[in-house]
Formats: sequence, structure tokens, C-alpha cells
Amino acid sequence: MERLPRWADVTLVPLVSLILAFAIAALVILAIGQDPWEAITVMVEGSVMNAYGWGYTLYYATSFIFTGLAVCVAFHASMFNIGGEGQALLGGLGVALVCLFIPWPHWSLALLAATVSAAAFGAIWAAIPAYLQAKRGSHIVITTIMFNYIAASLLQYLLVNTLKPVGQADPASANFPPATHLPALNDIPLLNLIFTKAVPANVTLFIALAMAALVWVLLWHTRLGYQIRAFGKSEAGARYAGINPTYIIMVVMLISGGLAGMMAINNVMGEAERLLGNSASGAGFIGIAVALMGRNHPLGVVLAALLFGFLFQGGAELGLWTKIPIEMRIVVQGLVILFTGALDMMVRMLLVRIFALFRPRAMGAA
Amino acid sequence: MENGAYAIELKGISKAFGPVQANRDINIAVPKGTIHGIIGENGAGKSTLMSILYGFYRADAGQILIGGKPTAIPDSQSAIRAGIGMVFQHFKLVQNFTVLENVILGAEDGPMLNSSLAKARKVLADLSREYDLDVDPDALVEDLSVGHQQRVEILKALYRQADILILDEPTGVLTPAEADHLFRILKGLKEQGKTIILITHKLREIMEATDNVSVMRRGTMVDTVKTAETSPEQLAELMVGRKVLLEVEKGPARPGDVVLAVQDLRVKDEHGVERLKGVSFEIRAGEILGIAGVAGNGQSELMEALGGMIRATGTVILKGQPLPLSGKGADGQSRRRAGIAHVPEDRHHHGLILDFTAWENIAFGYFNEPEYQKNRLLMDNAAIRADTAKKMETFDVRPPIPGLAAKSFSGGNQQKIVVAREFEQDPDLLLVGQPTRGVDIGAIEFIHKQLIALRDAGKAVLLVSVELDEIMSLSDRIAVMFDGRLMGFRDPEKTDERELGLLMAGITGKEEAA
Repeated sequence: MERLPRWADVTLVPLVSLILAFAIAALVILAIGQDPWEAITVMVEGSVMNAYGWGYTLYYATSFIFTGLAVCVAFHASMFNIGGEGQALLGGLGVALVCLFIPWPHWSLALLAATVSAAAFGAIWAAIPAYLQAKRGSHIVITTIMFNYIAASLLQYLLVNTLKPVGQADPASANFPPATHLPALNDIPLLNLIFTKAVPANVTLFIALAMAALVWVLLWHTRLGYQIRAFGKSEAGARYAGINPTYIIMVVMLISGGLAGMMAINNVMGEAERLLGNSASGAGFIGIAVALMGRNHPLGVVLAALLFGFLFQGGAELGLWTKIPIEMRIVVQGLVILFTGALDMMVRMLLVRIFALFRPRAMGAA
Repeated sequence: MENGAYAIELKGISKAFGPVQANRDINIAVPKGTIHGIIGENGAGKSTLMSILYGFYRADAGQILIGGKPTAIPDSQSAIRAGIGMVFQHFKLVQNFTVLENVILGAEDGPMLNSSLAKARKVLADLSREYDLDVDPDALVEDLSVGHQQRVEILKALYRQADILILDEPTGVLTPAEADHLFRILKGLKEQGKTIILITHKLREIMEATDNVSVMRRGTMVDTVKTAETSPEQLAELMVGRKVLLEVEKGPARPGDVVLAVQDLRVKDEHGVERLKGVSFEIRAGEILGIAGVAGNGQSELMEALGGMIRATGTVILKGQPLPLSGKGADGQSRRRAGIAHVPEDRHHHGLILDFTAWENIAFGYFNEPEYQKNRLLMDNAAIRADTAKKMETFDVRPPIPGLAAKSFSGGNQQKIVVAREFEQDPDLLLVGQPTRGVDIGAIEFIHKQLIALRDAGKAVLLVSVELDEIMSLSDRIAVMFDGRLMGFRDPEKTDERELGLLMAGITGKEEAA
């Protein structure tokens, strides 16, 4: 029926959703006897008020850009890829194999190879559910969720039985050789004037941003993107136009899985520098919220990823500096996801009503 | 209810959606016990007006009087309480419920169904007898013909004690015989004192069935006249705002070589039921073959098989080249490359992506065209936009804004976008399904002219339509389809609606083949 102006739909709806989410989070903090003002101050100061905080916020955001883009691309073909987590885990395996078993002369070559390998592993992991969807009609949501568990188990098995160095206690791979060490933001000339302390955010941030730009070009400026979007909007229409559904489902899921897998160059190669069992640490799932909140547009994904980076880093600061437990950040994230994703329509309806109040109209309806 | 001779009066009804004024100061008075037609082009505001009457929308201004009393209708429950019943164009029936269950749905008396069902059975029997609305109460709705499903909708309204019955485009899905039956039912209801509002775009039905007719144009009520004192020509002029040619002007066909030869074409649906049971025909260059028939007798399957949308068996030869009917090469892209353009029957599900802009829709199916590419990787969106602007001008699409979403255009203009895209491809064979469904008179005239122009330019045209008038006036040869078979071919000059109507119902006088 009545619709919001586009600018309000794009800016006001997420903004109001966020404010509502934070308001309720504040109530929760009050309820556990803490000071919400203190909480927000600590979160903001620890994540965006200084370069060090940004170094962490951007590190988390980098991961979320990759997984958010993964969900975003698949979503345009009406494929709900919930398997970003598993694909990112497999991507980590791809990174580890490249870094551990090939002697690299320079980090840039290693990064290139690791990126390709991470994407390939993620893509292969997405290809199986994609094939089952395209050929067997097995619902992609179900299969990708199940593949998350399989990926976690597979990784655990490989870490414990093959990749773990002899004599090491924790289930993790050996440390990657120093040649594969990626420059963090504080290692890069000029940027090191801003980032004076060591931060985890690293060069892969730029790869993430480049991927966002590529996804935008893909979706809106290539034939493949056109077909992806057409198929996503109307499968029946796609059949009329002669768009091959199997091809689109396979290709879009390979791209999606590849993007999710690529996340590993940030966390596995850029930060941990060895493969850990739970390396993806939920970023695959955050990607869903990021894509939802970013309206499945690459620019929106980047902005939403920054927001969630802030939530992650700010939440960690909460645990560090206040009596508010670190789990609180999960509550805040949950509320943000709830409001920006699930309750999006509620906020929109509310705004439609408010807009209607300010619209000149004749009185005396029947 | 005794005061006032009018069942419904609308006074000064206005309704705007953003900048669009859908209804502007509408006044109608419908006398009790009459059939009142409301006619107008698509986007004239008929549906909005009826949605206000049925409580889906609230008017910005104006008053509704039911039986002389001002009545507020904030939702459809209030409309039902006020005695208004609505029969929608797309039926709102639960397919796997029985007729009886559908009738009581939402009007149950209490938590236990048995008493409601027993009561409904009795009421339904009375209603059926009284109004000649014969339906088996225990039949599943999915087993009923479209005409019978419509009767269930009418019974639903009557069961809720509707005195005023609104029917929205009720004959769109009916055979001529079913439509005649419907009008007999409506006349019976009228004689029993019910008031009926009939919304349609078919002038013939207005002339045949109504007592008075109101004409809407661009959100306003242009005129209300007594049906007996008007003519189809006058109504058409009122609707469009200018003189309209109701007859298609065309010269004799000059058929050339055979373009399409179809032999024993068969299609099975996903349940393995044969929907197309061996169809054979030929179309020559410069000729329109019209396929008449009631919707659902295999016409869609025929079009979709030729258009590469579904698999089929048999032989199809286009300009001497056999076309693959399954597997590789049996898809929409291959068909377009082979020289087949396709205006699909269902523009909302097939012909257009409603969320896409007009220019994205102009490239729909033709996204591989070299002139739409910037280089090997990138599409040339600017070129597509420019091409769209050109096509919009040629086909008079309004508003001529390439960046507007397809869903924001009226039905007629949406169809013009599809037609512009397909007609301009210079095809050898043109498949045209329901070219004017839900399209207003002005656009119908235009599309028909373009179709004749293509024929005269030497294209072979296969036309499928449920509008018998359209088939009769455009076709050079007519074939009637029934139950997945062609019932024979007729010369439009030497046949009439009665004969075609019988063939559409599967009744043949004589067998023949062509």
C-alpha cells in the first residue's frame, strides 16, 4: 500500500531499528544493575575513538564484509546461504595448506595463492549443497546448515589427526612460516602514522573492499549478474527468458562460497597465523545479519560490517573494563539482528504511519 | 433499509496513493435491484473504488451510503456486515476443501464444525434452488470447473447474506456458454431483489447484462448512462476520451512459404498427465493462425513448448530446420537465436520481472544481444536505456521513463513493454499469447495494429487468446483447441461464434484435418 520515500527506506529504517535495539539493550543492562551510559561510553571509546580500537573494529569488519558479501550474492539469486560459517572454516583449511606446505618467497605471492585456495575450498564446500538444490531440490537452507557441522567436524578431525604438530597439546596446526606474515595496518607506510600500535587489521581489508566493488560490478553490470538477479526475482520468468537454473544456482553458490571462504585470509592468515578449530568464530552467521542490514547491496554490506565490527570490539571492551559480562555483546548483537532483520517490517510500518501524519490530506474519510 | 431507492451511494470519494490520484470525487448511485456496470480502462480506478467499498482501502474523502444510511467500512468484515459480497477475479477458495467447507470458512457459528456444516448444507440447498446455482456441496473445489468455482464464490457471498454483490471481471476465465450462464444467474439474483455491481472491460458484457453503466477514466467518473440508451462505440469513446476503432482494419493475407511446421507435438506435465495430445499444424509467412479455446486446454503448453520453456516430443520445423524439443537447445535462448519471439500469456510471471526497471525488462531474454554489451565482460546499460527510450516512444509506453520499475506501470503499459521488446526483434515466427489480457481499449487497438503490421511484413504469427472476438478479428485461419487437441481449422469469414463455441466445448459436427 503506502510506501516510504526511498531515502527514508534506506537510512531511517535501519537507524530507527538500531536505536530501538540499543534502547532495549540499555534496559537489559539496567536490569542487571549496571549503567547503560557507562556501557555505551566504553564501547564507543574502545572501538572507534582511537586508532587502536579501529584496528580491531576494522579487523572484525573485514571478516564480516567477506561473509556478508557471500550471503548478499546468493540472496540475489534467491538462495539463502546459511553455510558461510562452514565455508569460512574450509577456506581456513585452504589457507593453511598453502601457507604450511609451500615455501613462499614473499608474503604477496603467498596471499595471492592463499586467497585463491581459500576461495576454492569455500566454493567446493558450497558446491555440494548447490548441486543438491539444483538437481535434487534439497533445500539449500537445510543443507548449508548441515554442512556447517560437517565442516566443523572435518576440521577438528584434520587438526587432531594430521595437521597438529607432534607433541602439541591444543588442536591447531603449526604456526605458518614468517614469510607468509601479512602486513598489518601498522606495518604499512603512511597508515603506520595513524596505527602506531600493533593491530590485527591487515591488508586483507583492501581485498575485502575490492571484493565489495567487484560484487557490485558483477550484480549490476554483467550478464551473469543480470541473470542472477532475474532468476532470483522470478524463476518462472527466468525459464521464459532461457536462463538455465542449474547453471545460475551452481555459479552463484560457487561465488558465494568462495567469498565466505576468502574470509580465512583475514582471520587465519592475517591474525592467528595458524589454523585453529573454531577459526570462523561465528562470522559466517554474522554475515547473514550484515547482508540483511546492508539491504543486500555491497555498499550497505560494508557499512553494516563496520557496525558489527564496532559491536564486536565494543563488546570485548565491555568485558575488559566494566562489570558487564562479555556475553552482553551477544545480547546486543542479537537485538540488532532482531530489529534490523526480523522486525524490519514493524519499524517500516511505524515510519509509514508517522510519514502519513505529515502528509497533507483531506479529512472526513467514510 | 426501507428508506432510499438506492442500494449504494458513493458521494465525493477520493483516494490518492502518494502523488497518484486513483479516485477523484467519485459519485455513483446504484438503484436497488439493478445490475450496474462499471467500465473503464486499466488504471482508471475501478479496482481502487471497489477496494474502498470492500474495506481494503480507506477513502481520503467522501461518504458511502448503504441503503440510505451513511456507513463506515474500515475493513472487509464491516463490508460483509453491511451486506456487501465480493467475487474476486482470482478466486479466494481453498482448493482441497469441499464446497461446503469453503462456504462456511470464516463464517463458522462456533468452535465445532458439525453444526455449522449442517446448517450451511440446508442454506446452500435453498440458495442453489432459489438462484439456479447448482453445485455439489461435497465436491472438492479443485475438482470443479472454473465456472463452478465462481458459483461457489457467489454462494459464499450469498451465505453471508449479501444484498449487494460485486463481481470483478467475472468472465475472464469462462467459456462463452459459462458466461451466458453466469449472466442468467445474475439476472435471477436481480429479480430476487439483489443489487449487482459488475466490473468489466468488455463492452459486450455491459451491453448484454447491465441496466445502467458508469464509465471511469483516469480516476474520475465520466458519466453514468442507461445501458439501453447507449452503444458500445459511445462507451468506448467515453472510456478512452477519443474515438476508438473497435473493429480491426486489415487487408487480405498474402501467405508465403511455410515458416513453422508442427507434427504430433505432445507435452506431459510434471504429474505425467498428457496436456498436449498430438498437435499438428503449419503457419506460413504473412499469416496469423489463431488458436481459440477455453483457458487450460493445452494452449499454454503449446506456446511454452514452442518457446522452449518446457519439454515436448514430436517434430517442430522452423524454416526447414528441426528444433530440439528437449535437452540441449530446447531453451528460450536457443529459440530466440533461431528467430522465434514470444509474447507470453502471463506477463507477470513470465514476460516481465516486475521488480526490474523497464530497461532491464527490455533486455529480458535478450541480455546476450551484441548491441547490449560494452565489451566481453560488461553489459552496456546506457545502450539498453537508450534502446528502451526509443522503444517506449515507438510503442507509446506511458510514462516513458526507462528507469521506472515495471510494477509501477499500468497493465496496458506493461504489456506494451513486452510487446515492444518482442515485436522489435525482427523474428521469423512470433508467438503471441493473450496479447490484450487486462489491457485497456486504447492499447488493444494499438497492439492489434502492430500485430497486423507484422503479418503484412511477412512474419508468421501464432496467436493464442481466450477472447473469441480477438481471434475472429485478427486471424487468417482459426484452430480451436480442446483437451490438448486441435478440433479442426476454420476460416474466420465462414464461421461464427456459435460454431467456435461448440468446438471450444469439445462438440464437433464433422471431423477434419489440415
